[in-house]
Amino acid sequence: MSYAWPVVEVLELTKTFRVHRRAPGVRAAFGSVFHRPTESVNAVQGLSFRIGEGERVGFLGPNGAGKTTTLKMLSGLLHPTAGRVTVAGYVPFRRDPAFLKQITLVMGQKQQLLWDLPPAETYAMNRALYEIPRAQAEETIRELVAVLEIGDLVNKPTRQLSLGERMKCELVAALLHRPRVLFLDEPTIGLDVSMQAKMRAFIRHYNERFRAAVLLTSHYMDDVTALCPRVIVIDHGKLIYDGDLKVLVRQIRPDKRLTLRLSTLIERAALEKIATVISYEGGQAVLSVPPERLNVTVQTVLATLPVMDLAVEDPPLEEVMREMFKGPVPAAESVDPTSTRADEAGVG
Amino acid sequence: MNAVGTSLTSLLGEARRAARAYPTLLRVGLSEVVAYRAEFVVWILTTNMPFVMLAIWHAVASDGPVGRFGQKDFIAYYLGGWVIRLLTSTWLVWELSMEIRAGTLSARLLRPLHPLFAFSAQHLAALPMRLLIVTPVVAALVWLAGDRLAIRDPRILLIFLGAMVGAWLLIFFVMVLLGSLSFFLESAVGVFEVWLALFAVMSGYLVPLELLPAWVGRIARLSPFDSMLAFPLETLIGLRSLGTALRDLLTQWAYVAVLAAAGLSVWRRGVRRYVAFGG
Repeated sequence: MSYAWPVVEVLELTKTFRVHRRAPGVRAAFGSVFHRPTESVNAVQGLSFRIGEGERVGFLGPNGAGKTTTLKMLSGLLHPTAGRVTVAGYVPFRRDPAFLKQITLVMGQKQQLLWDLPPAETYAMNRALYEIPRAQAEETIRELVAVLEIGDLVNKPTRQLSLGERMKCELVAALLHRPRVLFLDEPTIGLDVSMQAKMRAFIRHYNERFRAAVLLTSHYMDDVTALCPRVIVIDHGKLIYDGDLKVLVRQIRPDKRLTLRLSTLIERAALEKIATVISYEGGQAVLSVPPERLNVTVQTVLATLPVMDLAVEDPPLEEVMREMFKGPVPAAESVDPTSTRADEAGVG
Repeated sequence: MNAVGTSLTSLLGEARRAARAYPTLLRVGLSEVVAYRAEFVVWILTTNMPFVMLAIWHAVASDGPVGRFGQKDFIAYYLGGWVIRLLTSTWLVWELSMEIRAGTLSARLLRPLHPLFAFSAQHLAALPMRLLIVTPVVAALVWLAGDRLAIRDPRILLIFLGAMVGAWLLIFFVMVLLGSLSFFLESAVGVFEVWLALFAVMSGYLVPLELLPAWVGRIARLSPFDSMLAFPLETLIGLRSLGTALRDLLTQWAYVAVLAAAGLSVWRRGVRRYVAFGG
C-alpha cells in the first residue's frame, strides 16, 4: 500500500520555553519578588519527520522527551519557536477552522466532555461547532457507539461514568467530525487490560475505515506494538530513530524470546544449559536466544524438554526502550526527513 | 488593503459560523446552568451588596432626601442596580484564569469556533435563569417605586435596552481583557479584585455617583465604569435626560469598541504564549 501524500510534515521543529527558576525556602521566595531568574528549556530541537495518509506511527521517548510538546505544536495549541510544520496542508498554529475540522487531539488525561451533562450533549455541541450535517453525525455516532459498545451511556451524565466508559465516550466526541489526522496522547492511560485492547481495536478500525493518519504516544508499549508498524523515537527533544518498529527492536535487542510451557517441573539448571533464562516460574520459562542460534535452540528444547507449548517472540518493547535510554543514544537509524517512511515500513 | 480584506472575510466567516452554532450552544449552555441550578442560585445570591446599601441609605433618607434621593429613589436605585448587575455581569475572568492555568483551554482552542464566541454563548445561556431570579425583584421595584421608572417613554426604553446590551458587552470584553492577563501572569484574579473594587465605587454600584465627592463623580462619569452600570441604571430611573442618555449611549458603544479591540488584542498575544499545561 502506498502513502505518497504526507499529511504531516515537520521540518527542523523547535520549541523553547522560558521557565522561572527559584530555590526552595522563604528567602528565595522573597528574592523572587524582585528578581525572577529565568532559563530557556529546549523541549523540542530540530525535529523533522513526515507521516503519510493512513499511517499509524508510534511516538516514543522517556518522560520529558518532548512528545506532548510536539503533539501540541502539531495540533496548533503551541507556537513553534522555529521550524516548519504543516498538517493536512495547513500551518497548525494559525488554527484555521478548516484545519481544526481535519484533526483531533485526544489526551488521556484531559477531557472535552461536559462534566455534568450526558456525552450526547457534547456530541450535539460538536455537531454544531464542526458544522456536521445531522444525518452524517447521527450515522457516525451510531457506528462509533456500536463499535465501542457504549449504548445508553451517551445519555448518562459524564460524571457518573467510569474512566473506561468516559474514555470511550471521549473518543466518539473526538472523532465525530471524522478527522483525517489523529494525535493520540496516552489514549489508554488508566484503563484496564481488556479496555486497552478494545481501544486499540477501535483505533485500528477507525484508521482503516477512514485512512486516517495516527500519531500515538503511550507508556503502554502494547499499544504501540499492536498498532504501529513505524515508530519515531525522540529524546531531549531530538529525533533518535524513525523507522520500522521491528528493525528498532532487532537493532537494540537482537535476541529472541522463547516462551515455554512445560508439562512437568524441571531443574532451572537444565534450562540454563540451553539458553539464558529470563524467568522460570510455575512451569513457564522465558529464555533469551541469539537469533543465529534460534533454530538449534528450538530443536534442542523440543528434543530434550517436556514442552507443552512454545512461542518465539521479540523482546517486549518496554525492554527495548529501557535498553535504548539507559546508555548513550544508539546511532540512529535516522532517515531523510524529506522522504515518507511509510512505504519502507510496510504499513497497512 | 489585502490583509484588511482577508481579516474582514475571516471575521465574517467566523461570525456566520458562530450564528449557525449559537442556537445549539445556547441550548447546551442552558442545560449546564440547569444542571448547576442550586450552585447558580447560591452564587447569584452572593450579589447582595445593593440590598445592604439600600438598607443603609433608606434609613439615612428617613429624615429627608439626600441630594435628589428620597427613600423611594433609593429603592428604585438599588433594586434597579441589582437587576442590571445580575443581567449584565459575567464570570468569564474566573473561567479564563482557571482554564489557562490548568491547560483546559486547549479543548476550546481545538474547536473550529473562536473560544470567545463559545464563552459568550455559555454566559448568555444563563440569562433565562437569571431573568427568573430577578423577576420577583422587578415586581417589587414596579410595586414600590414604579412611578420613578422612566422607561414608559419608548425612546428611553430603546436607549435603556441598547445600554443593557452595551453594558453586557463592555463587561464581557473587560473580563476578556482581565482574564487574558492569565496568559502573562500567574493568575489574573488578583487584578480582577482590584478592578472589582474600582467598579464598586466608580460605577455607582455602592453609592450613586452624584453622592460621591464631586471630583470623584466627575472622573467616574468619564470612565467606562459609568457605562457599565450607572448609565443604564440612571436612564432606567429617569436621572438622565433623553439627550444626555443618547450621548452616553454613543459613549458607551465607543467604549465597547475600544475594550473589544483591547481585549481581543491581549487575547491574541496571550494565545501565542499559551503553554497548554497539563497532559
